[in-house]
Amino acid sequence: MTEEQPRAGGAIAALDKQPVWNRHHVLDLDDFTPSEIEAVMETTDAMMEVLGREVPRVPALRGKTVVTLFYEASTRTRVSFELAAKALGADVINIGASGSSVQKGESLYDTVRTLQAVGAQMLVMRHGSSGAPYLVARHVEMNVVNGGDGWHAHPTQGLLDIYTMRSHLGDLRGRRVVIVGDIAHSRVARSNIWGLTTLGAEVVVCAPPTLLPYGMRPNGSPLEEPLALPRVDVETDLDRAVEGADVLMALRLQLERMTSGLLPSLREYARLYQLNEERLARARPGALVMHPGPMNGGVEISPAVARSLQSAIEEQVTNGVAVRMAILYLLARGKP
Amino acid sequence: MTGRTVLTAEDIRRAVGRIAHEIVERNRGLDGVVLVGMRTRGVPLAARLAATIQEFERQAVPVGALDIGLYRDDIPAMELRPQIRPTEIPTDIHGKRVVLVDDVLYTGRSIRAALDALIDFGRPASIQLAVLVDRGHRELPIRADYVGKNIPTALNEDVQVLLEEADGRDEVVVMPVLSEVEGPVLNEGPGEGER
Repeated sequence: MTEEQPRAGGAIAALDKQPVWNRHHVLDLDDFTPSEIEAVMETTDAMMEVLGREVPRVPALRGKTVVTLFYEASTRTRVSFELAAKALGADVINIGASGSSVQKGESLYDTVRTLQAVGAQMLVMRHGSSGAPYLVARHVEMNVVNGGDGWHAHPTQGLLDIYTMRSHLGDLRGRRVVIVGDIAHSRVARSNIWGLTTLGAEVVVCAPPTLLPYGMRPNGSPLEEPLALPRVDVETDLDRAVEGADVLMALRLQLERMTSGLLPSLREYARLYQLNEERLARARPGALVMHPGPMNGGVEISPAVARSLQSAIEEQVTNGVAVRMAILYLLARGKP
Repeated sequence: MTGRTVLTAEDIRRAVGRIAHEIVERNRGLDGVVLVGMRTRGVPLAARLAATIQEFERQAVPVGALDIGLYRDDIPAMELRPQIRPTEIPTDIHGKRVVLVDDVLYTGRSIRAALDALIDFGRPASIQLAVLVDRGHRELPIRADYVGKNIPTALNEDVQVLLEEADGRDEVVVMPVLSEVEGPVLNEGPGEGER
């Protein structure tokens, strides 16, 4: 009951402090205001309480149908959306690319219109093409949640990472968050960069130059090119990047997205860019270790670091369910 | 924006004191009694009841906070400031005598939601209801066991309970309903959704 302390300014001031939510879709964090992120964080707190109950189920979304439409493989995202929807009392239908009419060549447009026609109210989708959920959102009444689109965005991952960081560090303003690995192909990195910079964190990305997004150049580079991302520190030397870091986030080396020639060898990559105990020791004491999963053990992160006491990797997965409950709940109570 | 004051700070203090005594009397003591405040303003009211009871009975009563946001059936579309907070029930309520505490009793829909929410935490021996204001216009067969004051109201009026802990002062005001476009309504939060 900490919020019930006497507060000057009266009811209107108290009201102004409450976050605002007015969204029909969640496609990326690039247009989220601090207040909207705050709304998600607060709602997630309440969802954590629900998940801690003996029977973690509430009727908030009773009678709603949530469809997960995944054109790409996924374990944790799809499962956590399903658990989230069920914990809120919704009905859930899971559709993968194989085993559905997608295999017969049905277009994305026709597939989602069909899902809407049979009565789904909310659509969680993952697609290999960047921007696919935006196309869908323009053509359906359903709430659309982006569960990952190409290299572009993975907003619920960004939000669960922020939630995890905040639960350990509190306010993220001025906190040094180092994201290391395959930034170029990472939707997780992009959504984190948007969300974290919105909250005033100091974001450092670290990767070999070949794994930086087009237009993103190392610090001190003379060439300025337009970049569809907020300004962040870019470092190619991980030993330097980790100095004083509050959070170290390793990304999966996306082997399936890599056309050959970006890296000389996995061994060299691991030597230069692996999050290992030596590097962890250079960060701020107690710095948080994170990874969105799935991990390539021994490549981007050493098993010892991944399982260390500073690792929040399993916590990220648990928090993911609560964050997705918050997103589904907030969307469901918006426009009818 | 003018309203008429129906309860002053002093009235509120007396009403809380009387309800505290009634709770002890009705339950013949405090055995198994748990106070559960409904967010937002039921929570400070429950805390005040517990403090008052502690004063004259020299016994602490467990106090919880219940958020009914996830159980409501009357969520207004496009409410811009959604706010749900964690429910905190400090003790196993199985077999206990739970006293639900809210600021205003109106349609009864919040209480319906609160009963559902509470029962998800266990099977209390009984659930009683304490409210600071009963303004009438029930839509469900629900009544309060303890009432600070019955205030007859019109449907186009709004009862606003202001409490020191949340609003900086103690007062209950009845005022004409403000439409959303005219400005913010003071009494936001789950308790207000019964409009």
